[in-house]
Amino acid sequence: MKSKFGVVVFPGSNCDHDAYYALKKIMNTDVAFLWHKDRDLQDSNVIILPGGFSYGDYLRCGAIARFSPIMNSVIEFANKGGIVIGICNGFQVLLEAGLLPGVMIKNKSLQFVCKDIYLTVKNKNTIFTGSINNEMTLKIPVAHGEGNYFADDDTLKSLQDNNQIVFQYSSKEGKLDDEFNPNGSTLNIAGIMNKTGNVLGMMPHPERVCDPVLGRTDGKMIFSSVLNSLN
Amino acid sequence: MFKAKVIIKRRPSILDPQGKAVEKGAFHLGLTNVKDTRIGKFIEFTVDTDDRQSAEKEVNEYCIKLLSNPIMEDYEFTLESAK
Repeated sequence: MKSKFGVVVFPGSNCDHDAYYALKKIMNTDVAFLWHKDRDLQDSNVIILPGGFSYGDYLRCGAIARFSPIMNSVIEFANKGGIVIGICNGFQVLLEAGLLPGVMIKNKSLQFVCKDIYLTVKNKNTIFTGSINNEMTLKIPVAHGEGNYFADDDTLKSLQDNNQIVFQYSSKEGKLDDEFNPNGSTLNIAGIMNKTGNVLGMMPHPERVCDPVLGRTDGKMIFSSVLNSLN
Repeated sequence: MFKAKVIIKRRPSILDPQGKAVEKGAFHLGLTNVKDTRIGKFIEFTVDTDDRQSAEKEVNEYCIKLLSNPIMEDYEFTLESAK
């Protein structure tokens, strides 16, 4: 049986169709859009919270989306061990929902950054990274104004102790330095997972680098990892 | 009925890039004594009950669960009787 992905659609989501396309046409999975007012996850094996500007980013990014009816089901699903991936605004929603620790604040530069960056895979032993070639960094675009990850010292220590930091901004060769950090994130954090390893939040957009016609397919490796872990 | 006025402030330990940027504007205006600009939020609404205690409870819940993010923000509020 094919694995099924559910892509949540909030008012203001704008990467939902990119995610749908990448999963359906490139990864050859079943995909359903899940409307924010619904509660039914339609038997999805993996839930994607896509990028965009849910509810206009009013109040705080992700703050209102977190109370959508569908999010009650997503939280329940995640707490039972279901796989959830939040991309960009989806990551912000996961933070607001308390499924991942910490907060996002405005980029240190105050500018919206939209460019390709390199990611070092800090934890290769996860369901999101298991099929990524050990030697390589991933080249994936970011596009956000509030991707500056912040958490208190205890939280950061806990993230490190439990190997929850999945992706870090780095050079092409994997060097971690401020100059490769696009937004000022603490510890160059680009993606983290929860303690149980079934919920991932990441600011870069893997769905934008899946189709070979766009030049690169680095994002595919993340979705392949998830699919391989399901089979 | 009560009128609630909520102020949400970013914790002092949290960087406020927006405040810093605005302060640059103050500098360009020639306001050289302006320091430590921090930007927060002001939110007002009414609470439709005559019981102050339950109004306070509702405002607290609104602030903690939605209006502020307790990881990085503090809030304070006032409640005034309104007709």
